Amino acid sequence: MLGLNKQDTSLFLIVVAMTVLAPFFLNPFPSESSLALFNAGYPDLMQRFVIFGIFAIGFNILFGLTGYLSFGHAAFLGVGSYAAVWIFKLFTYNVIPAIVFSVIVAGAFALFIGYISLRRSGIYFSILTLAFAQMSFALAYSVLSNPNFNLTNGETGLQVYGDDLQIFHRENLPDFPHLFGLSMRANYELEIGSWLFNFSAGYYICAIIMIAAFYLAVRIFRSPFGTMLRAVKSNQTRMYYTGLNARPYTLAAFVVSGMYAGLAGGLMAAVDPLAGAERMQWTASGEVVLMTILGGTGTLIGPILGAGFIKYFENIFSKINDTILHGWFAFLPEGLENLMVAIVHPFIGKGWHLTLGILFMLVIIFLPGGLVEGGQRILNLLRRRNGQKSDADKSAQSTPAE
Amino acid sequence: MGILEVKNVNKRFGGLQALGDVNLSVNERTVHAIIGPNGAGKSTLLNCLIGKLIPDTGSVMFDGQLVLGLKPYEINQMGISRVFQTPEIFGDLTVLENMMIPIFAKRDGSFRLHAFESTLNEGEIIDQAMVLLESLGMADKRTMQSASLSRGDKRRLEIGMCLAQEPRLLLLDEPTAGMARADTNNTIDLLKQIKDERDITITIIEHDMHVVFSLAERITVLAQGSPLVEDTPDNIKGHPKVREAYLGESA
Amino acid sequence: MDSIILQILNGLDKGSAYALIALGLTLIFGTLGVVNFAHGALFMIGAFCAVTLQRILNFSYETIDETKKDFLGNPLKVETPYVESWFGPEMGAGIIEWSVPLAILFCIPVMIAVGFAMERGLIKFFYKRTHADQILVTFGLAIVLQEIIKFYYGANPIPTPAPDALDGVINMGAIIGMDITYPIWRVVYFCFAAVIILGIFAFLQFTTFGMVVRAGMADRETVGILGINIDRRFTIMFGIAAAVAGLAGVMYTPINPPNYHMGMDFLVLSFVVVVVGGMGSLPGAVLAGFILGILESFASTAWATSLLPGINQVIIYLVAIIILLTRPRGLMGRKGVMEE
Repeated sequence: MLGLNKQDTSLFLIVVAMTVLAPFFLNPFPSESSLALFNAGYPDLMQRFVIFGIFAIGFNILFGLTGYLSFGHAAFLGVGSYAAVWIFKLFTYNVIPAIVFSVIVAGAFALFIGYISLRRSGIYFSILTLAFAQMSFALAYSVLSNPNFNLTNGETGLQVYGDDLQIFHRENLPDFPHLFGLSMRANYELEIGSWLFNFSAGYYICAIIMIAAFYLAVRIFRSPFGTMLRAVKSNQTRMYYTGLNARPYTLAAFVVSGMYAGLAGGLMAAVDPLAGAERMQWTASGEVVLMTILGGTGTLIGPILGAGFIKYFENIFSKINDTILHGWFAFLPEGLENLMVAIVHPFIGKGWHLTLGILFMLVIIFLPGGLVEGGQRILNLLRRRNGQKSDADKSAQSTPAE
Repeated sequence: MGILEVKNVNKRFGGLQALGDVNLSVNERTVHAIIGPNGAGKSTLLNCLIGKLIPDTGSVMFDGQLVLGLKPYEINQMGISRVFQTPEIFGDLTVLENMMIPIFAKRDGSFRLHAFESTLNEGEIIDQAMVLLESLGMADKRTMQSASLSRGDKRRLEIGMCLAQEPRLLLLDEPTAGMARADTNNTIDLLKQIKDERDITITIIEHDMHVVFSLAERITVLAQGSPLVEDTPDNIKGHPKVREAYLGESA
Repeated sequence: MDSIILQILNGLDKGSAYALIALGLTLIFGTLGVVNFAHGALFMIGAFCAVTLQRILNFSYETIDETKKDFLGNPLKVETPYVESWFGPEMGAGIIEWSVPLAILFCIPVMIAVGFAMERGLIKFFYKRTHADQILVTFGLAIVLQEIIKFYYGANPIPTPAPDALDGVINMGAIIGMDITYPIWRVVYFCFAAVIILGIFAFLQFTTFGMVVRAGMADRETVGILGINIDRRFTIMFGIAAAVAGLAGVMYTPINPPNYHMGMDFLVLSFVVVVVGGMGSLPGAVLAGFILGILESFASTAWATSLLPGINQVIIYLVAIIILLTRPRGLMGRKGVMEE
């Protein structure tokens, strides 16, 4: 279907089902129950899932296929956000032109940075991209925000003000980013028993775009172009002595992944019309690296899983506090309860980054293939336990599934 | 006029004269071997032919065109393929994919943004790759990851990948180095078969005299960066200068 | 003329910090072949050694001074640091005041221990993995270390002043008849850095140990074949590199109050320094550190910023990009290092 083989088609349908039904299965607990804490089905968080999913899918096209580790991808995300907000300020709150413009601007920016950075490879490439991103951050944070030429509005962040031009804005349109009148904030709440489900326009618009972005990524992975990119990662010497010029291939991959980042940045501005320089900082670039690797580098579904995983637990961990912990460990004798709370305390709340850092190290050390590899190992283990030897043989022979 | 003409090539590395006034002419559709003791400059010469090194002076012509200064992929697209001492293949890719890539390179040139076509729809390319794999006896290994192949199979695959481009000149750099006897003989048979079946010129650098004398029609002996003699295998065998070069080294 | 000299001086202290961190990065890269993204964290841990020592020295016990009253009329509680009761009030106060220089002694064993633990516990498993994996795992470690520091010391910068005697300014120009006032501590920092850098070079140049390490940096395999246990020496080098980064951090605290993310801030710039200097070249790292520090200082002058607004923010990256593109091996890089 859609030019995909059977396996990819089913993977694609799973992703579609997951994103469309997310409002349901992300809210499995009744809204009044004590477990409601673990619900993730509200618009703001779901939007973050899909937007960072797009970002990671794009990053994976570069890193997963060609092996070039960029430490500056957040620059494209930030540029995309700024571009979108400028469209909001000058022309219209309609998200379509804003998103298109952010993709174009990020693509052009990626072409420029990629053209220079890709003259070097390996760690030099990583450091060049890092230097470019830090430079962009410095430019956005202070340099491009002076009274004569204010492109980024510096520390405050770029936002839409009442006296902005907005040439095509009309009275009857929402005063917020919208899709032909449908506000990104529009939300429909469905109550079934004690469950509450949110259906947000913003989420579904982002979700549809992510599905399209995912489909495109699958096509790229399965195209001759994708094979060439994997060849770049595998052996550049053979590539050159087979009459192939690796650089335009990597540059194309770099630009495509920069455009994905710009798309994610544009969507971020679309759900919240604000663009700040901190979005471009290198810690933000590090985050997308973490997502991709945590999920599974070079796999199709990995980046989406990684993005969802990190954003979900970031949200949960920051909500847990000592009171909740005391509740959980209440069944223990008091001394032990306090001890357990004291042990867990550094990892929750503001300690989420500590947890993330440890998790990330563990993944790199023990599970370089990320969650996808973990899942496969568990599956293989289960199959072996069931004694279905033939199945295990089959899975060992087939190329790593997604 | 040979298909490959090397004229007065010099190459220095610091104080070392790696190549001194090398002249070489390789005739079309022959197997030409370049032999010589260690450090004679064989690999340097080869690297000058394929664009990895640029000679200080002199010229390299392929089929009447100047090769010097071109990028490796440009030289390859002119019709020169190279087999490396340690097989250079795409280890992360399957055997079939390895075989498809040079066919793509032949059809599409050094770069093409075919990002939205499906590899599965490239029936013609897959068929060509399969025909080659079958002729190499590797068709049943097509889904294997090529890094897990045996050394001998990696060599076969690499030679096959070069043939897939239908090159006019095939350069081989010690193709049997580090191989077991059986693998070496297999490789010799494969190269003989290629020589008989294809319209191709082969230049081979080799240490193993067994390989050289089974294949070569002409031999150039290189010593200390310069050609010593060039002749047919029979004449080379008893040549006093050649003995001197080799014995001088081993003594 | 005066202002030019002043800018050069201003660049020296930051340049010293860059040079020290870059030196450590290069030592680790040259010996172990590992790209250590956690090196900035070592710099930060060094700085927090100074904070810790300051806190330890300030451990106090409470006494009630009946002769004085606080504003509510209760007897005044007086906190007396233990050191003051042990060494007498004056000596004790002196020790507390000199906590930053004293932290040097405290920092060296701590940093060497941290370095050994890091190398034996984590880095050694990554010798055979790709550079990308090395970058990623040390990046993860850097996050963990900085979050631990943040957990125990909070997110705000912690002031750690220099001793009063070294806290003022001196007129550097007096000798040559010019008027250049300059903070004393920065002079101290530069001299300290110079001593360490010279010490490292002397160590590598004149000791047998250093000779083996240099040989190992040039050609690891051959040295290994000679039957020399190169790994153990490299572990020791890692400890030394960690100690150098730590010392750079300790002495930097009076210039810039330490916070948990200072390591990351310096790391990015130090990597740029290493690359500009030439990956694997020790003199290159030092030279590039000072050059970039001074360039940054010049770019921060009012004249430069009025000409090109914000040039001070981007100059280092700009220079790095230009150098990498025109001299791919950096200023003093060797052929064949990190070129695949």
